[in-house]
Amino acid sequence: MRDAATPSAKVAVRLEDLHKYFGPLEVLKGISLDAREGEVVSILGASGSGKSTMLRCINMLEVPTSGTVTVGEETITLETDRRGRPRPANRRQVDRVRTKVGMVFQTFNLWSHKTILENVIEAPVHVQGRDKRECIEEAEALLDKVGIADKRDHYPAHLSGGQQQRAAIARALAQQPEVMLFDEPTSALDPELVGEVLRVMRGLAEEGRTMLVVTHEMGFARDVSNRVVFLHQGLIEAEGAPQDLFSGGGSERFQKFIAG
Amino acid sequence: MQQPGFFDLMSFGPGGWGPAMLTGALVTLALALCGFAIGAVFGAVAAFAKIAGGRIARTIADIYTTVLRGIPDLLVIYLFYFGGSTVLTSIGRLFGHDGFIGLPGFATGAIAIGIVSGAQHTEVFRGAFRAVHRGEIEAAIAAGMHPFLRFRRIIAPLVLRYALPGLGNIWQIVLKESALVSVTGVVELLRQAQVGAGSERQPFTFYFAAAILYLVITSLSSITFRQAEGYFSRGVRRSR
Repeated sequence: MRDAATPSAKVAVRLEDLHKYFGPLEVLKGISLDAREGEVVSILGASGSGKSTMLRCINMLEVPTSGTVTVGEETITLETDRRGRPRPANRRQVDRVRTKVGMVFQTFNLWSHKTILENVIEAPVHVQGRDKRECIEEAEALLDKVGIADKRDHYPAHLSGGQQQRAAIARALAQQPEVMLFDEPTSALDPELVGEVLRVMRGLAEEGRTMLVVTHEMGFARDVSNRVVFLHQGLIEAEGAPQDLFSGGGSERFQKFIAG
Repeated sequence: MQQPGFFDLMSFGPGGWGPAMLTGALVTLALALCGFAIGAVFGAVAAFAKIAGGRIARTIADIYTTVLRGIPDLLVIYLFYFGGSTVLTSIGRLFGHDGFIGLPGFATGAIAIGIVSGAQHTEVFRGAFRAVHRGEIEAAIAAGMHPFLRFRRIIAPLVLRYALPGLGNIWQIVLKESALVSVTGVVELLRQAQVGAGSERQPFTFYFAAAILYLVITSLSSITFRQAEGYFSRGVRRSR
């Protein structure tokens, strides 16, 4: 386990009293959470507990019904549209926040019509407007880091799931994000491919990346993260250092959850 | 006197109909290209309305596709040509001009074909958009792409991948429908063949030549479409 981020470190992501309804169904019932710079937060919970929804609120893939989301210094302002549904008040602000947040999806979501290298340089070149040659060099270094430098000119469909997910991690890193979000990054993988993705993620954690990870990998949560958050029915049921929670602290429900 | 043979009639020398037939073919091609392009614009707008529009936009798009798929194409051309001409004629009368003012046949025909094929474009684009993996669009959103950039870099190429086979079909239909525009007096390939057939009294020769020219155009365009399909399916794993 790595050193916990110092409490004085700046807040990288702050969620305050997040509520989210899907129709009449309240998926998030008031979630507040701070993730500090350099911290790795694992988010656990049964399916339907709201953990993915919570993560997706951070970059506004889901717009919370109420509550505030702050990334770095920037608090996303929300307004309500004519039908009373919430939406971001300032699209530019949201796009700006999104470039500061790298996201890795359960189903990889690489752009299938672009090669791996093209996938990695897409956002830096076309969203951030950076120099293409510089981005290519950086992309090659990132692909090397995740161990698929030889696949740069392949299309996603020609890679295994594990390779695709590592490419997706490289793509997210290419945005030079302040925060990395992982939404069940290993859940769609064959068991023998899970390890290679977790190894890359562990490497990022050791570099001091700020990471929020929704996962079912108990080993990762226990050994790699500084903090574990356990969601149950849209609320944070237990929260704390993994060594405390996994040694019998936290709620009874959490103990039952990790016991399977 | 011996009747002139096929190659004499279609020659490019004096008295040959070659240049005229070839011009007719080019007019047909131009008409079809314009109609197809106009249709693609109509189709893209209507598909967008159906996918992302509010209730009013969706209803208008639904009425558009339902009506245009339920009326014979020739009738649409008549409605446009005579409807437009009637309006023009009455405007002309207002300014003291007596007599019939016809709309330019080519433009009217291209627009009529465009509006008719637009209804088909709509369904092809909509189906193709549905086939695009949602996650790829979501990844573009998460990367901070604004809507237009997202459309240009991610959605459009992926939609085209799934739309191209359908677009190829529409193109073939449009090409053949362009023959209907001859009713507005545009001398395209079929009309030119009729003229030639009438004046040389050899209908079969001229219609046969027209058929061959149509076939040349359709074959060349299917090669083009096949190449485009190959390009836009890059990265798709083929099962062989």
